[in-house]
Order: sequence, then C-alpha cells, then structure tokens
Amino acid sequence: MKITSAEDIDALRPAGEATLHPNRMKICVGMATCGLAAGADQMYAALKQRIEQRGLDVLLTPTGCIGYCQQEPLVDVRLPGSGRVIYTQMTRPRARALVDELARGNLPLDSAWAVIDTEQILVEDQEISFPRLAGLAAVPALAHQPFFASQLKLVLRNCGYIDPQRIEETIARGGYRALHRALTDFTPQQVIDEIALAGLRGRGGGGFSTGRKWQVARDAPGESKYIICNADEGDPGAYMDRTVLESDPHSVLEGLIIGGYAIGAQQGYIYVRDEYPLAVERISNAIRQAEGLGLLGEDILGSGFNFAIEIVRGAGAFVCGEETAMIASIEGGLGEPRPKPPYPATSGLWGKPTIINNVKTLATVPLILIRGADWYTSLGAPGNSGTVVFSLVGQVANTGLVEIPLGMTLHELLEGIGGGSANGKAIKAVQTGGPSGGCLPASRFDLPITYEAMKDAGSIMGSGGMVVLDETACMVDVARYFLEFTTLESCGKCTACREGTRHLQAILDRLTKGQGAPEDLALLEEISEAVRTGSLCGLGQTAPNPVLSTLRYFREEYLAHAVEHHCPAGKCTMTDPKIPAALEA
Amino acid sequence: MLPMERYRQPQPGAVLAALHEINARCGYLPQDELRKSAAALGVPLSLMFSAASFYATFSFKPCGRHKLQVCEGTACYVKGAAALLRYLSEALGVEPDQSTEDLSFMLKRVRCVGSCGLAPVVRLDEETFGRVTPTEIDAILARYQV
Repeated sequence: MKITSAEDIDALRPAGEATLHPNRMKICVGMATCGLAAGADQMYAALKQRIEQRGLDVLLTPTGCIGYCQQEPLVDVRLPGSGRVIYTQMTRPRARALVDELARGNLPLDSAWAVIDTEQILVEDQEISFPRLAGLAAVPALAHQPFFASQLKLVLRNCGYIDPQRIEETIARGGYRALHRALTDFTPQQVIDEIALAGLRGRGGGGFSTGRKWQVARDAPGESKYIICNADEGDPGAYMDRTVLESDPHSVLEGLIIGGYAIGAQQGYIYVRDEYPLAVERISNAIRQAEGLGLLGEDILGSGFNFAIEIVRGAGAFVCGEETAMIASIEGGLGEPRPKPPYPATSGLWGKPTIINNVKTLATVPLILIRGADWYTSLGAPGNSGTVVFSLVGQVANTGLVEIPLGMTLHELLEGIGGGSANGKAIKAVQTGGPSGGCLPASRFDLPITYEAMKDAGSIMGSGGMVVLDETACMVDVARYFLEFTTLESCGKCTACREGTRHLQAILDRLTKGQGAPEDLALLEEISEAVRTGSLCGLGQTAPNPVLSTLRYFREEYLAHAVEHHCPAGKCTMTDPKIPAALEA
Repeated sequence: MLPMERYRQPQPGAVLAALHEINARCGYLPQDELRKSAAALGVPLSLMFSAASFYATFSFKPCGRHKLQVCEGTACYVKGAAALLRYLSEALGVEPDQSTEDLSFMLKRVRCVGSCGLAPVVRLDEETFGRVTPTEIDAILARYQV
C-alpha cells in the first residue's frame, strides 16, 4: 500500500496503537545494544519460554533503549488501560518468577522501580494519561525518578517507547506527520527558514546553524545534490547516535527526507560505523518499511518528490567522521580529508553540493517543523535552543543516555541526574568531546552547558560523550589515552598530525612511566601548537585538546609526574630506577 | 566478459562495499578476491589495496574463527579495559590484534562498541557482554573452546 495523504497516515495509527497500548497484557524488553550487553536477549528467551509454558495471554515485544543503562536489563509490564510498570536489573530467574506471578493474577509491586503513567506525544503536543493501578501508589512515577526528572526528551522522544521494527508504532506517536506537512504545506525554502529560525545547531558537536548550512547547499547551482546522515559516531565513550538509530530509526529517516527536500537532493546516504551492526540492521529494516508505504522512494506521499536512501558502512576509521573524509570514503574507499574550502555544501560528494548532518540533528528536524520555531527556541538557552544528548558514563552513579535542555549546569547534570560519583570518591573532572575535547575540573561544574561556554572553558560540546572521572583517574594518563587514540587514527596525510601526535604520545608515555623531565611540559605545549595549526582537518586541529585542557587545569599533576616522578592518583606505574622503592609505596 | 562491459563506467564508489562483501564471505581479504573485485569494478588494484589497508576492519591474513573484541572506549578504559585485555592476551596466549595459532580466536582491540553504560564491554562475534570480569570471561570463552 502506498500512502498519499494525512488521512492515509492516520489510518495506520490504530495498527500502531494496537501494539503500543494493547487490550491485553504487554511485556516490553529494552533490546538495544546496551540492553543486549546486559543479557536482555537471554532474558527475552526465558520470558518467552515461560509465557508459553504458563499459557499466559500476553504481547511480548522488544523496545529500544530508554537510556537508563545502569539498571539494564529493563523489563516493563503493562496491564490493559494502565501505565507501564518498570522492573530493573532483570535476570532470567526473576523474569520467570515475574511470569509466574502474572499467571497467578498478581503484578509484583515491591520490586517495581517506576511507573510510566503519562506518555508524551510530542509531535502533537499531547499527553496520554493512564490510571494508576491500586497498590502502585508507593512506586514513583518515572518522571519523578531523579535520573529522569530534569531530562527533556526531544531527540529521544520515542526511544524505549516503541518497537523500532514496527513503523506503525512510530506513526501512532506522530511519526511522518512532519514529512507530510513539509511536502504539502511548505516550500523547500520555508523548511529552511523554519529550521534557521529555530536556531537548530549541528548536534555532531560543530554547532553550526543547520538552516544556514542547508541554505548554502540549496543556493548552490546544479541539479544533483546529496545529503548524508553522519552516523559514524567515532568518539570513544559515546553512543547517542547508536541508540537513536537502534531505538527510533524512522525519526532519523524522516529528518533526512525533509532535509533532502529542503536542499533539493534526491539521494541520501547514511554512513554508519562498522562497530554498529544492530543499527545497520534496524535502519535497513526501517528503509524497507518506509519504501513499502511510499514514504521513501519515488513520488513520496504523492507529492512528486523522489528521494532514495543508501546505507554505507564504515570500516573502522575514526577520521571518516570528518566531513571531507567521509565523502572520500563514500566515493572511493580511502577516507582521507581534503582542504576546505570548498566546503561540502558547495562541492562535496562527486563534486556536487552535499550536506552532512548528525543523526540527532536530523531526528530533531521533524519536531521543529511541526511544533514551530517559536516552540523550539523557547527551550534551552539564548543562542543555544533545544536540547543536547549526552552519554553519561564513567565513574558516575547513574550511567546512561540523558537529554537535557541546553544551558543546564554541569553540576545539575552530574549531581541531579547522574547522582554523583559511583563509589563515594570525589568527582575530579568530566571529559567531553572525545579525542577532540578536553577535561573540565570540578571547579568549573557551575558552567552552563552551551557550545560557547564549553569551548571557552577549553573543552567542546562535542557529539555528546561525557566521561566522569573520579580521584582515581590520573589526568596525565587520560591525556595519554586520547593521544594514543589519535596517533593510531591519524590518517597520515598531514605531517604535523602524523608526527606530532606520535611525539605527544611519546612524551606522555614517558611521563606516565616516571621517566619525564620538567621541560616536557613546555615541549607538549609547543608540539600541540604545531599539530593544531599544521593539520588540515578537525582530527589534527583538535587532537592536542586533551593535553592542553589537562595542562591548563591539572598542571600540578603533570609536575608531580615530571619533577617528582610520582603519580598522585596512584594510577601510573613509575619505573624510574632512581626512585627508591620506599617512596613508591 | 561481454564486449560492452569493457566500456562500463568504473565504480570506485563500490570499493568499500566490495571489501565488506569479501570480508564477510572469507573472513579476511585474500589477494585473488581483491584482484577479481578490482577487475569487476573497473578500478585499479592499487585502489583496492590502499583502501583495504586504510581501514582497521580488514586484514590480509586469515583471522581466528571467533572474533573477541575488547572495547577500549574511554568508559571501558577508566573501568579497567587495559587489565582485561592483558588478562585475555595471557589466557589465549596471543598478542592483541592477532589470532591464535589454531585460528580459533582472534583477539581484537576495538575503539568503542557504544555500550559505555555497561563498561567494561567485550564482544564475542555478534554477542556483546557488559560489566565483564575475568571470571565471567573464562565462562564465556569456555563455551566456545570445544
């Protein structure tokens, strides 16, 4: 069936509703990669087997990731006409016991972690409330759990709510309404104006205005244009894009199609890194479903607009996350960056105007089109409208994927949502922006999270990796870790990057082995400057950031390594024979 | 080869997909497969080789049947990935990024599998394991060592 009107889209909603909120019992298992890593698949199998044994009438279904990785695997039970009761840290025995209880007509309450009794349909500004079951009064609502209370989920609006393999469920939550509106009520220029007015900025970390970027590509001469979704989430310690692709692929597709319409492209690509097989599977499935319904392909929704999407799998090269390297990788295999200008927006893939947008940027686009720029700018901070998604990981009590309005302070994020340190040890710093970013010390946690404030403080917003470090982390070792990464990932084209990162790593290596010297600090700064200024692409230009930011805030740790040959955190094993064993102990 | 096929446009854009296809089928990139592929795509063999050597995913040598990937992402690193890698290296008697002599396992370092909330993480073939301890690793490996 090909759908061509708003009514056709609405006609699919009941099919989605029937599995989202069925008239029988439903059990959901969070089965994105993080859930699977915690054993969700074995648990799903155990649930399935027990349900069959007990002859329980229940809809067992996978869902994506609601973001609370710390407590995976998550299972929730929904009785007809009520909200979802969430159980955390499920194991196979607990799953079987849960089914047994349900078969006896009991919903276990003492082990319930939270209840979702209101669901937001953001696209339509609607809220569905469900009556709370008797006996559940003592269980907190999800919205009141500290981890979720101050989050604002726009990009992650459907993650953990829908079965990502069923397009009808996305549609029941307002999916593809924005595409319909764009194609029928908006000219391409109006789409760009709305996005520009909303102040949406590149969520890959660059923070450039999405509307302005689109405008350049739209204004560029030529018939063939391309739009690429950057899903090459290379920063270690970050998994925002993976989660969105695995848990809500259709929102990304919808944004990509709208972007294609706006700039005048008929071909889109999704460049996914090779380490994300499940994301590739889910997005391939989503593309087939959208094509089947006429939401993708020729004459989309009967509008005459044609757009196709192809998936390109990366092959383990960090540099391919850089725009020109990604284009080179798609064109001919070898992913080396080239000088800019010309920028891809005027001359990109096959020399044609090309836009590259991050997964989260694209997933935000449908919301803005349907709720309007004014609504979007009312969220976040001035000049930093909307939300940002972080993967909050490392030595923090609550690890997981969080989405917050821009402008929230680091302190609110770490203490309020993250729940402070993981093990009672003081949090020393956070590392943001991966190998291109830096470390911010606890003394700067009053900083509002905006593109500008993060940059001024010596780090970057980045794509959303936030690794929390406590006092057991050695900052010299953290810098060494990132330089080892960039040394291996430097493509080797620019001498300053290829050789400079190697030397930075060598110096950091000897510092962490107790073989450094006081003059190494100045040498680090000098080489850093050379690498920053002598490299073509973002990888090299930002590679020294982990060194420079730790030197700026944790100079005394460097001095301890260089002068006293001592690691204050006790992380580095000092091998200098000049140090008496008694001092090392 | 049909006469007209000689005049077909070269397809450099398909190089990466072709490498993935060979890798999925053979487990590594055998030379004769690269030659066949280069001819079929109409691109120089040097392009196939330079692309193949550029990316970390590919190998020119046969790899172990089971691919054991230790995540070295930042979250895993701060939660002990280095020690885990050392442990596995000793347990399997193989250096990181090498295969065991009997080609049963390949021990690989991987940048980040994106399950940082469950660090440290290990991936065995398609299966991902979170919050891994050496004892658990032994149990996981035992399932494959038959």
